[in-house]
Amino acid sequence: MRMNFGYLCTTIMNELTTILDKDQLHLTLQRLSHQLIENHHPFKDTCFIGIQPRGVPVSDYIIKYLSSLYPGMELQYGKLDITFYRDDIRRQLHVPSETHLPFSIENKKVVLIDDVLYTGRTIRAAMDALLDNGRPSKVELCILVDRRYSRQLPIQPDYCGKAIDSFITQKVKVLLDDDARVVLYDYPD
Amino acid sequence: MQLSTKHLLGIRDLSPQDIRIILDTATQFKEVLQRPIKKVPSLRDVTIVNLFYENSTRTRISFELAEKRLSADTINFTSSGSSVSKGETLLDTVNNILSMKVDMVVMRHSASGAPHFLSRHIPAVIVNAGDGINEHPTQALLDALSIQEKLGSLEGRRVAIIGDIMHSRVALSNIHLLKKMGAEVMVAGPPTLIPKHIKAAFDIKVEHDVKKALAWCEVANVLRIQLERQNQVLFSSLREYNLAYGITRKLLDGLDHEVLIMHPGPINRGVELDSDVADSGQSIILDQVENGVAVRMAVLYLLSGKRDNT
Repeated sequence: MRMNFGYLCTTIMNELTTILDKDQLHLTLQRLSHQLIENHHPFKDTCFIGIQPRGVPVSDYIIKYLSSLYPGMELQYGKLDITFYRDDIRRQLHVPSETHLPFSIENKKVVLIDDVLYTGRTIRAAMDALLDNGRPSKVELCILVDRRYSRQLPIQPDYCGKAIDSFITQKVKVLLDDDARVVLYDYPD
Repeated sequence: MQLSTKHLLGIRDLSPQDIRIILDTATQFKEVLQRPIKKVPSLRDVTIVNLFYENSTRTRISFELAEKRLSADTINFTSSGSSVSKGETLLDTVNNILSMKVDMVVMRHSASGAPHFLSRHIPAVIVNAGDGINEHPTQALLDALSIQEKLGSLEGRRVAIIGDIMHSRVALSNIHLLKKMGAEVMVAGPPTLIPKHIKAAFDIKVEHDVKKALAWCEVANVLRIQLERQNQVLFSSLREYNLAYGITRKLLDGLDHEVLIMHPGPINRGVELDSDVADSGQSIILDQVENGVAVRMAVLYLLSGKRDNT
């Protein structure tokens, strides 16, 4: 099947399984939102930050859902690009996306939101990028899919949608368009 | 996605896609420069030498700042006070510096083509910071970013480059870039300072009446009269140049639209540009300088990935 990965590339991929179908995906995202409510309501000192580019559709969903539960409540929500902090820029050149943090993170509780947690290197870079913007009182990690047993750094999620086992030659793709689902597919080098 | 060239020798070698990547990346670096910590670790394993064989204030400081903001290690070299005065050749100087494990060379030289020559003989990545009367690519890129920020896009915009076109590397780089990005270009100035065949070579407009040029354009990029490069009398006096070709408040007030005023610096105040115009709200000269750091960060960042392919 041929799928368009936006600006990244157009690639042929072999879809193996659906990890979460549309209904499960919505339920999982809503559960994550409710867990965030449990720990952070009324969100006074909390800010949510989606990691560019693929964490943002997930964080957009969560923020939209939280706003629908608490209409009128102001949520602090930003986007963070980590390109310049990556440790693999010598191997592959990444073109940056937008960083938009319209608030100070100083002494706030920050929830980083991403789609898939794999080696942990993205989150390491995200923490470096985040700390260059100030000193939050606490940083938490909210992940839709955790590819467990594949971490290369000591990083674990605080909120996890679904933990899966996968091979190094596979990839996880979170789709949040009309055909919303999470799929596992073959990605041989 | 990456640049199609290994070095930045001139805008001539870049594709429109390359230019877009550089400008988009620069926009993100501008955001970095607004942060409390204006520094990213991207180039922390890269060593860059700034080779300046010609005087420079803005470009050198801007490059140096860009390198520091990217966490690169930098060495500065200026020809005065070096072994160049003992007769060492350019290639020998650079090879000696490179044997100390330098990855990238930022270079300004009074001879056109000097960086091109070096790029054929050394393995490091070369960024041209101005070579003679040939090109000054980062200046054109920062000019493009400044126009894009103010007007939204470059396509279809009318840009007049006014002044000493003949001796200006800024003009040549700007013409290449603006044409590639679909802008309309006019050069204006005294006939003696405009190359004879420029109209046919680049398919651009040529105008000798500054008033008409200003009436036509949305952006006026005013260039410095480069007295140091002129070896013959091309106009009678600076005073006369100012009267005939200088941009004055009176000229701009006579127009029915507002023209953005740009200048690559250093300004000869009262010659090509009057003080009250240079310091007015429609001048974006200081925005250009600010964008310079972001654009140079983008160029160095995008080219730094190329050095391992040698």
